[in-house]
Amino acid sequence: METNQTNRSQQRATKLYKKRSTLEDIWRQLRRNKGAIIGLILIIVIILVALLSPLLLDYDKDVIGQNIKQRLKPPSSAHWFGTDELGRDILSRVIYGARYSLAVGVVAVFVALAFGITLGAAAGYIGGKFENVVMRICDIFSSIPSVLMAIAVVSALGKSTFNLMLAVGIASTAPFIRVARAAVLVIHDEEYVEAARAIGMPDWKIIWVHILPNCLSQIIVQATLRVGSAIIAAAQLSFLGLGVPAPAPEWGSMLSAGRQYIRDYSYMTLFPGLAIMLTVLSLNMLGDGIRDALDPKLKR
Amino acid sequence: MTNQEANEIILNIRNLKVRYETQDGIVKAVNGVDLTLRKKRTLGLVGETGAGKTTTALAIMRLVPNPPGVVECDKLEIGGQDILSLPEHKLEHVRGNDVSMIFQDPMTALNPVFTVGDQIAESLEIHEHLSVKDAKERAGDMLELVGIPRERANEYPHQFSGGMKQRVVIAIALACNPQLLLADEPTTALDVTIQAQVLELMNELKEKYDTSMIMITHDLGCVAEVCDEVAVMYAGRIVEEGTLEDVFNRTMHPYTEGLFNSLPNIKDRKAKLKPIKGLMPDPTNLPVGCSFAPRCNYATDACLIAQPQLRSISQTHRIACTAYDNPEFHIERRIL
Amino acid sequence: MSETLLDVRNLKKYFKTSRGLLHAVDDISFSLDRNKTLGLVGESGCGKTTTGRAVLRLIEPTSGEILFEGKDICKLSANEMRKQRKDMQIIFQDPFSSLDPKKTINQIISEPISENKIIRDKRKREDRVLELMETVGLAERLINTYPHELDGGRRQRIGIARALAMEPKLIVCDEPVSALDVSIQAQILNLLKELQEKMGLTYIFITHDLSVVNHFSDEIMIMYLGQIVEKAPTEELFTNPIHPYTKALLSAIPIPSLSEKRQRISLKGEITSPINLPDECRFAPRCYECVDHCRSGIPPLVEVNPGHFVACFEHV
Repeated sequence: METNQTNRSQQRATKLYKKRSTLEDIWRQLRRNKGAIIGLILIIVIILVALLSPLLLDYDKDVIGQNIKQRLKPPSSAHWFGTDELGRDILSRVIYGARYSLAVGVVAVFVALAFGITLGAAAGYIGGKFENVVMRICDIFSSIPSVLMAIAVVSALGKSTFNLMLAVGIASTAPFIRVARAAVLVIHDEEYVEAARAIGMPDWKIIWVHILPNCLSQIIVQATLRVGSAIIAAAQLSFLGLGVPAPAPEWGSMLSAGRQYIRDYSYMTLFPGLAIMLTVLSLNMLGDGIRDALDPKLKR
Repeated sequence: MTNQEANEIILNIRNLKVRYETQDGIVKAVNGVDLTLRKKRTLGLVGETGAGKTTTALAIMRLVPNPPGVVECDKLEIGGQDILSLPEHKLEHVRGNDVSMIFQDPMTALNPVFTVGDQIAESLEIHEHLSVKDAKERAGDMLELVGIPRERANEYPHQFSGGMKQRVVIAIALACNPQLLLADEPTTALDVTIQAQVLELMNELKEKYDTSMIMITHDLGCVAEVCDEVAVMYAGRIVEEGTLEDVFNRTMHPYTEGLFNSLPNIKDRKAKLKPIKGLMPDPTNLPVGCSFAPRCNYATDACLIAQPQLRSISQTHRIACTAYDNPEFHIERRIL
Repeated sequence: MSETLLDVRNLKKYFKTSRGLLHAVDDISFSLDRNKTLGLVGESGCGKTTTGRAVLRLIEPTSGEILFEGKDICKLSANEMRKQRKDMQIIFQDPFSSLDPKKTINQIISEPISENKIIRDKRKREDRVLELMETVGLAERLINTYPHELDGGRRQRIGIARALAMEPKLIVCDEPVSALDVSIQAQILNLLKELQEKMGLTYIFITHDLSVVNHFSDEIMIMYLGQIVEKAPTEELFTNPIHPYTKALLSAIPIPSLSEKRQRISLKGEITSPINLPDECRFAPRCYECVDHCRSGIPPLVEVNPGHFVACFEHV
């Protein structure tokens, strides 16, 4: 017994027996997927650019400062991406625009996650009438094109960056409800959930402690893939003039502004368009990679 | 060996080795197995999870997935035909025609979108080149043979219960009258009374068709019911083999003894179970000496040094145990 | 000390299905003394698992009384029931799905202790976890491992430690060894037996394996399609089985010995659907001794010898 005691304190002190986590497992799988790694690197670069842009650029001068003398210049060594109709450097605006587009995408997905997981998990766990009502509302949501839905929300709430995020978020809630409910339904019947009930754990805590952590992986995949579509949805709204108000350099509104000049100055739309494409593509590649890494059937 | 005798041998395996090269290391699933099976005989391949029983069967069917599986073998003959050198398209002819396999889980072995009749007829059309009509007719015969009315040929697998499905699987396996049948835990998923029915059926069919069979199982009770010979596997090696009487009544290997001692004795309910201590060794890191030595009550230093070779005790009985170097040695088990 | 711990009266559990009412457990009554083991035997679909869950109110019974230490737990509120759960635990069949893959051994075993606020201090809780691990024979170094790193036998030990954590009086063991290898099976059975002696536990042991219950139980209850067909002390049941189903079941056990060759009673067909059952002996369609009046109603459970109950028209 004596030795046992000392053993135990030693263990605690050294925190022995730490082990490989699931995250490390995922990383090991992910590392072997070239597409996912390219996506990951691109996304990190884009995020870094977005974070560092205030240090690189002076918002008032480089991004929104107008210079009529320099208007509509094609790409050159001074302006790599050319200038727009107000003489602003498109490269600077695209770089700074990453802040808006990413923020809109990420926040919108968080909004959708918050609504989706709560409703989906509750629907899956409680079942019965409640589940039916939630799922039918979910059907209605998915039958309305998400842009239309977002337009409706923005029109109702008024035009601002935050409302744009909210609108895109609400419009993309339905898939999260579905994913969360399906995951909960599967896990609900696992014996460890029953074991938790057998020790007297209340339902809300079972959902929180046992069910959500186990369906997190599927939700993360869905979230990664959805950030891309949220960015596109936000760009569409901005393109329609319902998004981030001018003169902020959101990629969608840059596309929209460049539309009139597309015949003669196509680079005005080309570069923001490329930026959107690249971001969404890398997010999708990363999302697919994570999905494969999490799929136990693909484990080798 | 005379020619006559050689003809009778259905399965001949020499030095079969299978390893799976995974990320976490090389899993040595089968480490040098020799098996000989004569016509009309049934061999029980006994062992616990991870002993390499199923891998051995897959290797016989040449179905070990590659990668990660790597198969090495000196000789693999079925009915005198060398299977090792056959190209894939010839193998397809061998599978089903010469060897077929019954899998453990009848629920997943049948395709849910075809009727059971079609599934039996399919292999007949492929292997025996029967017309669709004849194949259907034969499929009906096969169903009757396994105790299912032929009218049910037009039903789908989900309309059958577990025991019935296993009968269908048996019918498919026997449809082309193979020389060798590999049954991988055919009754484990079934209830006791249904298991009894299926075992009885397999015994009857074996008689009728002169089929040789390898029955893979962990259940020594089932072995006693259907097998003529037994091979006990541990960590990818055969540790004891012989006739049913050899292994059950003249047990010699400590592992086999341990298996028997782990079973509750139906005659003496107060007898304490004597489980084998410890766990199966890690197949990526097998011990240098006898794989069973770390769990063996009789292990000596000699057991830890070198892998024991199979030694003949009698004409039929062979064991791999170093302890028998000492002529005085015997295990505790007495026959009940 | 032969005192009744559990008394189940007229327990019923029906499930509504699209094809009609499924009689999972159909009016069963039994009682269980402290420190004893009741073996619940039957084939898949006979309602043994549902009975086990209903007794713990993990499944809400359709009707009936479950008296635990004289108190009807069916009448407890959700809150009172949660407190009651300390005394009644369950060990599951599948050592893989019964442990949360995202939690370490430490978290799994300490959960019942922290959830019921038995030990609040984190360090003391860890000591208790280590103590429990020692009790069930798990090495201390495994405390921070995850279930998927361990083999079935060790996982099953974790499940047992979790059930023991609150020092329950009753444990329902739902096929605790049927997913394990023979040599591991024996280790777990011996462990359960030791724990019973040491801690005065009472078990309901659910299984389809008669040779295991024979070794393990004091009393055996055979179920068929939601009803008890025979109930007797173990010795008695094995030496003097009366119900035709029990006899068939006993004869179907494959015995790993050559000296013994028995006459096997082969049952025809398979278990009938438990949906919309007719008012007759449930076993009649498969019974080899079935006579006309077997179809006239459901046979009552009658005591034929002291402690030996049988539900069969022919043999009573």
